[in-house]
Amino acid sequence: MLDDFFVRALLAGIGVAATAGPLGCLVVWRRMAYLGDTMSHSALLGIALALFFDTDTMFGVFFVATMVSVLLLLLQRRQALSTDALLGILSHATLALGLVLVGFMSWVRIDLMGFLFGDILAVSKADLVAIYGGGAVVLAGLALLWRPLLASTVSPEIAAAEGLRPERARVLFMLLMALVIAIAMKIVGILLITSLLIIPAAAARRLATTPEQMAVAAALIGAVAATGGLYGSLHYDTPSGPSIVVAALGLFLLSLLPLPGLRRAEAMR
Amino acid sequence: MEQLITLQGVGVRRGGRWLVRDVDLSVAPGEIVTLVGPNGAGKTTTAKAAIGVLRVDAGRVLRRPDLTVGYVPQKLAIDWTLPLTVRRLMTLSGRQPASAIATALAEVGLSGHLEAQVQHLSGGEFQRALLARALVRRPDLLVLDEPAQGVDVAGEAEFYALIRAARDRTGCGVLLISHDLNMVMAATDTVICLNGHVCCRGTPEAVAGSADYLRLFGPRAAEGLALYRHRHDHEHLPDGRVRHGDGSVTGHCHAGDGHHHEHGAGQGGPGAPPAHPEARAGARSEDARQAEATDA
Repeated sequence: MLDDFFVRALLAGIGVAATAGPLGCLVVWRRMAYLGDTMSHSALLGIALALFFDTDTMFGVFFVATMVSVLLLLLQRRQALSTDALLGILSHATLALGLVLVGFMSWVRIDLMGFLFGDILAVSKADLVAIYGGGAVVLAGLALLWRPLLASTVSPEIAAAEGLRPERARVLFMLLMALVIAIAMKIVGILLITSLLIIPAAAARRLATTPEQMAVAAALIGAVAATGGLYGSLHYDTPSGPSIVVAALGLFLLSLLPLPGLRRAEAMR
Repeated sequence: MEQLITLQGVGVRRGGRWLVRDVDLSVAPGEIVTLVGPNGAGKTTTAKAAIGVLRVDAGRVLRRPDLTVGYVPQKLAIDWTLPLTVRRLMTLSGRQPASAIATALAEVGLSGHLEAQVQHLSGGEFQRALLARALVRRPDLLVLDEPAQGVDVAGEAEFYALIRAARDRTGCGVLLISHDLNMVMAATDTVICLNGHVCCRGTPEAVAGSADYLRLFGPRAAEGLALYRHRHDHEHLPDGRVRHGDGSVTGHCHAGDGHHHEHGAGQGGPGAPPAHPEARAGARSEDARQAEATDA
């Protein structure tokens, strides 16, 4: 069964979406969407460096994304520029550096479009192992850090005062995010990773009354979007990564409709 | 008795400026210590240093080992993107049995709101929910930073009574921050008046009468006592008219009527929000009054 490229693509898409959904909820709650974008744009620099040093691209992406978040933390302490300006610099500087570096390395032939927009149909068995192994680490990490992360989302001061060590949780959260970016890159590509974090979470908002419900709903919505997008791309012969994002967008728009099951939440607003 | 927390010569410095300096204070079990002072006096900074949220740059902070803290921060806005019921808020920083949650909510009068989304609570209800959240942890030390914001004057007195009742029941120590001594007088044992440093301390009566306190807050602070001892004797109707205590209805209220400060010149008159436990008008005029006092 795993010999069929489409089955592998389907499993990869569902695995990544199920991991990105819960993490994406935290990204939305903590208003870190732009940070997610920055870290994923930096992935191209990670790929370039991995090619240069001849190591695994997932490792390179994880390493550079982590470095970018550390750099951001250090720059924030200097308080010279606002966070969104810093993110803007890091995001495009790392993307441009990656592109330039790839251009320099005339001896390697890489499929730039595949990295930018994903190449889910080329997912190998080894990729599947990385996706499910990495995904399990991310979900286990989230489960362990859930209370401090959620408490510090509501109030970093309450979390600190009541002994939940929010700073440590925040740093570990960055690592989990770097890991998700590393495994999601193959599926939707560097430029669209953030959409897989944010759109399913946004679509889940109105279905949920607690944070935990929203996290589970986001994982399910992401999996549905991945499946729908892949079948759509097969049927209409459209690029698979963007098709998944379009399917997620469709589910988000659907969640905005005043459907009967959602009336109660609507009435309470 | 062993102190829950002790601050010895504590100073916090940020951006080359001392936010507070030379603060000595301690809170014993069962004691309610209130920090008062004008805006920027370092009340919040001192409280955060006491519970270890802020690093101190001078002096030392001693906390009893295994101290459980319940904290109600000054500003808290929960984004709409985060679905959060009151029930879930109660377990934000640790698991709690359902019975403890029910008891804590009953104490603050929010029993019926277990499944309500916190974003739908009024300002006053939200503050009471935050108090319940801190209480459900059965804290040794309750730290409350302006906990009665968004609560109107009548509700504010009730709110402080709630805090005192919790102290009486559990024997916890309380570190309370307030901008208004008169409001918390009845509910406090020790008052520390801050203005970048400790400017005076003692029983509420002693501090309220001290020259340092009056210099800091201006003569209006003393009048505050009289202002808050009135009863609500008139009510603003939705059409802008006023119903007085004797049942008569006139076009406006008079200087001699109660709760005049609540609808000060700027925001009073027709259309002003009626006095209601959840109306924020009271809190706003508090700030205005305090600003005046600080300028004086």
